[in-house]
Parts: sequence; structure tokens; C-alpha cells
Amino acid sequence: MEWFRKAKEGLIPQRKKEIPDGIWVKCDSCGEIIYRKELEKDLWVCSKCDHHFRIKSREYINLVLDHGELEEYDANLESSDPLGFKDSKRYPDRIKGSQKKTDLKDAVVAGIGKVDGLEISFGVMDFGFIGGSMGSVVGEKVARTIERSSERRIPLVIVSCSGGARMQEGILSLMQMAKTSALLARLYDQNIPYISVLTNPTTAGVMASYASLGDVIIAEPKALLGFAGPRVIQQTIKQDLPPGFQSSEFFLEHGFLDIICHRKDLKKNISLLLEYLS
Amino acid sequence: MNGPHLDFEKPIYELEKRISDLKELAGREGEDPLDNLELSREIKSLEEKLDKLAQDIYSKLSRWQRVQLARHPRRPCALDFIFLMTTEFVELHGDRYFADDKAIVGGFAKMDGKPVLVVGQQKGKDTKQKLFRNFGMPHPEGYRKALRLMQLASRFGKPVVVLVDTPGAFPGIGAEERGQAEAIARNLREMTRLRVPIIINIIGEGASGGALGIGVGDKVFMLENAWYSVISPEGCAAILWRDAAKAPEAAEALKLSAPDLMRLKIIDKIIPEPGGGAHRDPQKQAEILKGEILSAVNELEELSPEELIQKRIGKFRVMGEYLEREME
Ligand SMILES: [Zn+2]
Repeated sequence: MEWFRKAKEGLIPQRKKEIPDGIWVKCDSCGEIIYRKELEKDLWVCSKCDHHFRIKSREYINLVLDHGELEEYDANLESSDPLGFKDSKRYPDRIKGSQKKTDLKDAVVAGIGKVDGLEISFGVMDFGFIGGSMGSVVGEKVARTIERSSERRIPLVIVSCSGGARMQEGILSLMQMAKTSALLARLYDQNIPYISVLTNPTTAGVMASYASLGDVIIAEPKALLGFAGPRVIQQTIKQDLPPGFQSSEFFLEHGFLDIICHRKDLKKNISLLLEYLS
Repeated sequence: MNGPHLDFEKPIYELEKRISDLKELAGREGEDPLDNLELSREIKSLEEKLDKLAQDIYSKLSRWQRVQLARHPRRPCALDFIFLMTTEFVELHGDRYFADDKAIVGGFAKMDGKPVLVVGQQKGKDTKQKLFRNFGMPHPEGYRKALRLMQLASRFGKPVVVLVDTPGAFPGIGAEERGQAEAIARNLREMTRLRVPIIINIIGEGASGGALGIGVGDKVFMLENAWYSVISPEGCAAILWRDAAKAPEAAEALKLSAPDLMRLKIIDKIIPEPGGGAHRDPQKQAEILKGEILSAVNELEELSPEELIQKRIGKFRVMGEYLEREME
């Protein structure tokens, strides 16, 4: 099918640019031109409109954990290619490309860290790695993150950022939803607190499993949250979507979120909640 | 057999038509007995030919052909199975929060006299039914209704039989407003915690979280021509190939057939379909499935609720394939 593959090559969507390099950065939301150093100091939140730029997993580690220290676990897990999947690219090539681009092995980083001195099991997803999609590696690492909470009886905090399950691993990706949720059932019965943090975007398979199962659910402002993607919904119902549909604010309004909080207050909120849930 | 059929089934239906025409001719009164002998010989040879043809076609189905069989307009739906496998079905309704989702049916019934709770997605066959059932695409209230019934069964010690057949959870404004993701996620966690045996049966289409939302159990059975994957072939093709018409390629790539899922250790058993697919003999299909369900329930009822739950967690815990390299 070589001829076929070539013909399609041009149709593959360009990945949206992550955080741009350079001295000046333009806000995606209000268009303000901001000095990069300034933006970094403001945790990548626009000082004019409060737009939360998407940041990497490493930055959430710095943001949430004491001294930005994570004792990382399972960094040696990598995707195999269980289905021998190939669309415009072979799946192993897609993985290698993403690994090179992000310097990550897959779309989640996990381990043990501290929040104001309290030990927690922590996992954070990275959208830069194939859209934060969940295949077997993400599922397994999240599963082990939950198990570390269960075994050590320490709180669980997961920061999600994902377009959903990873298509290239087919049914195996789908089953990661059941796998992680089954382990959360045990954690639930152990009365160990789980705080789920939702960032832009958290949708589909991740939203319909562990991201929705937090004892407390916190989201960053104006994140895209939901089950189905807005384009799919629009194509199905053939009508315009209401303004603000599937935003954090929409989620809060409909009762599926506890708190929308500014990035600068995230750690403070987590820390306080863990105190109340101890 | 009459009614709609698929392209690759056409030679079979044509041959069947010829046989039934000849049989009708042979059955007419006052025909010359010698002619009749000739006819019955002809019929017999055509029937042998039909067997061979059917075996030929159905033994080498592509994944896409199986998807088409899973969506066959005459394929038995959840309610067909309920009526064919059980007696004294008492249907129950509503999630107690918002509505009664018609895309999910459920209630208590007896299977060879044994009380069980049956719940499943109902697609509907004709246009009116399909609209009424929303094509078997549940809203959050459907998942909540299913959970309510399963928890009821759990409290009263009745095994749960689930019939999965959905093109997906409904993607709509109301579905998002009422928390489609939350409803599915909650079911995944709470089905794990049910204290009774749960037998999952993928009878037709098993599309994504919409299917898994009622799909956590102790045994997962799948009909021979059903499909089950993370996304529909059309959805996958639209995203990765940017063209929904590439669904046949996507079906191959997704490895969504029952033999694939057996190989990937996702399902426990492939339930054979009668020659040519479930739609050609729903009665027999229901008979086969019922036998498997009952023997699984008997086996699982040996376990305590705690053992059941531990094993259930363990079953899903090991799913997935990855490499774990030695750290340097
Ligand atoms: Zn701005």
C-alpha cells in the first residue's frame, strides 16, 4: 500500500505548536505580546486575560511538589507495538518521533513526591506526547501510581492532560480505563484521598475513567473538558455548540467539578485539601 | 430466507432462493413422480453446494466483513436475546435522577429457572425503533440506570448478565451537560465493586467507552462476528486517515475481531455463531450463549464476594502490553 500512504502524507494535520521559543510570546487568547521571562515568572498565565498556556509535565512537578522533586518510578516503561499499527506512519516511528521531540518515554511521568512535607503518589500527563493519549504504558504507569498510594497508604494526585485513549493500541488502550478504575475502586474502599487535576484538554477515555474519579476534582480555568470531542458532537447533532460548552466553567456549572483554580493557587489548594482529607 | 442482506452474502441468498423455488415446484400436487425424483436430486446437489459455499465465505471473513455482520439489519438485538434466553422478564426503568434511557434495557428474568439481572444496549431494527432507542447510543442516564439495576442485583445476590451492543455513547449537548464521562467512569469503578458474578457478552458492536461503560465483569464473552475496540472503524478512519470511507482499512488496523481479542487476552471466550452468522439462526445462537452464561455463573458462584472482586480487579489489572527495559 505504499502508493496509498504517499498520497495521504500531505493530509496529516500539523501538530499545534506548543510553547513558542523566542523572547516575546503572543497570548493565544487575547493576543497580548508578553515578555517571555515575565510569562515564565507568572507560571505561563497571561497577566492580561488569565489565559493558562499549556505547560509540560516537568513544570507541574515544579509547581506542585516541594522543591520540584519527584522520585520517579517506572521511567523504563515503553510502548511496544501490540497491533502492528500503521496509518500514515508506523506506530513505533510515531513513538520514537514523540520521544525525540519531548524527551519523554510516554505521556505520563509518575513517582513519589511531597506537598508541604506530606508524601504523595503523583502522576502528571504530558500533552506533547501524542496528545497525551493513553495506551498501555500510560495505563500501566497510572495503575502503578494508584497502587503506590494503596500500598503506602499515601494520598494520590494525578494531573491529567489528554485527548483520550490511544487509537494505535486499539482495545488495549480502552482496557486501561477499566484497569485504572478497578484499582481506584480499591483505593476508594481504603479511604485514601485522590485529587484529580484537570488541565486543557482532558477528554474522552481519560475523562471517562480516572480523571473523573477524584474525591475532589480541580480544573484550571477554561480547559476543554468532556467525553466526546466538540467536532464529533457538532457533526452528530448538526447544530452550533453553545458558547463556553465543555469548558471548566461549564463543568463546574453542571456539577462535575469542585474547584476551578488559578495555576498559582494549585499547590495551596491541594495541600489544604489533603489536610482536610487526612 | 428473505430480508436485507450484505453484498458478500448475496451468492448464498441466490442459491437459497433457487433451492426454495425448486422445493416449491416439487411440493406441487399432481406433478409427475419421476419429475419429482429428478427435482429432489437437483435440490440435494444444490444444498451440498450451498453448504460448501457458506463455509467458504464465512471461514475467511475479513475484519470489515465481520463489522458488517455485527451490524447486520437482521442480527438479534439485546431484547431478542433476552426473550430467547430467559422467561418471566420484568423490565425496570429509570435512573432515578433524570430520565429513562431507552437505549439501555434491563430487568430481572429467569434463565433456565435461575433468576438473573439482565442489562444491555438495545439498538432497534426498523427506523421507528432505531429512533426510539437512539440507535443504542446511551446518554448518562442510561449508564446510571444500568448501574442502579446492577447494584440492586448485587444487594439481592443475583448474578448480572450484560449484553453489549452499541455504536458508542451518544455525543451530544445534553449528554455532556449531564456528565457522560462521569457516568461511564463511575460505572467502571462501581462495577468493579459489585458483589455478584458479572458476565459480559459482546453480542454485536462494542464501540469504545460507550461499550466499556457496562463492560466490567468476571467473564467477557464475545460472539464470533462481534467487534470491540477503542473507537469505531469510521471514527478511527476519520481521525487517522482523515476520511471515514477508509473504515475497512481502519477495521484491519484496529484488530477488533473476536479472534484478535482472544489473542490479546481481552476476552475469555469466543461464542461461535451458527453457520453464516447469528442472524441466520437467532434461536440457536441464544441457546449457545445461554449455555455459556449459565455455566460461567455456576462456576463463579463458588467464589465469595471478596474473592470475586479481587479476581475481577486482577483480571483487568494485567491487560495491556508494554516493554519494561532494564534501567541503565
Ligand atoms: Zn491573554
